[in-house]
Amino acid sequence: MSKFKKKESRGSQTINTSSLPDIVFMLLFFFMVATKMRDNEMKVRTSVPKASEVEKMEKKSWVNFIFVGPPLKTEVYGETPRIQLNDKISSVDDVQEFITLEREKVTEAEIPFLTTAIKADKEVKMGIVQDIKQELRKINALKLSYIASKEERGAVQ
Amino acid sequence: MARKPRSVPEINAGSMADIAFLLLVFFLVTTTMDIPTGLQVGLPPIPDGPPPESKQRQKNVLEVLINSRNQLLVEGDLAEISQLNEITKTHLLNEGRDPRYAESSEEAIVSLKNDRGTDFVTYVGVYNEIKRAYNEVRDEYSEAKFGKPFAKLKKKSVPYDEVKKKYPIKISEAEPEDMGGN
Repeated sequence: MSKFKKKESRGSQTINTSSLPDIVFMLLFFFMVATKMRDNEMKVRTSVPKASEVEKMEKKSWVNFIFVGPPLKTEVYGETPRIQLNDKISSVDDVQEFITLEREKVTEAEIPFLTTAIKADKEVKMGIVQDIKQELRKINALKLSYIASKEERGAVQ
Repeated sequence: MARKPRSVPEINAGSMADIAFLLLVFFLVTTTMDIPTGLQVGLPPIPDGPPPESKQRQKNVLEVLINSRNQLLVEGDLAEISQLNEITKTHLLNEGRDPRYAESSEEAIVSLKNDRGTDFVTYVGVYNEIKRAYNEVRDEYSEAKFGKPFAKLKKKSVPYDEVKKKYPIKISEAEPEDMGGN
């Protein structure tokens, strides 16, 4: 009986929280490092199609995005789909230069792994995509990917 | 001259955790870790000079055409996207039985041709269906022979290469052409 009494008499214990800030800071630094603050600012609308056979990109730094879609600022750029490279609305003629600039950012050994990702809106016609494809072939950037969101097999029709 | 021992003022660090939490929550919310997914495609290099005379026998090539109204023509017949998976599979698994389809899976080619007016979503849908047929055929073969689906096979291992060799993904895209009718 005395044993039980002893325990009761201890009362509530306080947990030592002095290391809590350290733990939180550790998590904080992790997320600070993992966060990429700014992606490309979107100038065109890209709601991507769905597909079941999509694959994940190997490495994000090896992927160069080309956005195609109707401009968000229709009063400036009109309604017809345009190409966006980095942060700028561009034309098909700028694609080669864009790829050349992106190639300079990586080492020579990595160049064959560079993938161009076309993130195009559902409503875009193939003509503009085909022009981009031709430009990419001209500059020998042959790894291509059409960005699509994952959907289970059979659901796509 | 003994100095009076000065008391060192202590900073109350109790709210440190709160501040850190606030920042943590901010970064948690802003972090995006999604990896983009997409349909991987290999483009053919631009040939030097005129394209070589095709040596492919007609029956090894499954011709898929998409027009500007997003209608599908497979081997000269109208078709729906939903049928494409089945047709491609028949083409791949034919092994010379039906003279209209491929003689062997190793030589089977799917030729995809689209119009400039085709919708991107239709094109991706068609490409996806063809790729799905290939992946499913590969899975079936791999399942029957090695007991697990193709995706579970180790890359560059002998079974992996064998499946890949048996069903090579050959989706050829014709030189762009304006078929008109916008």
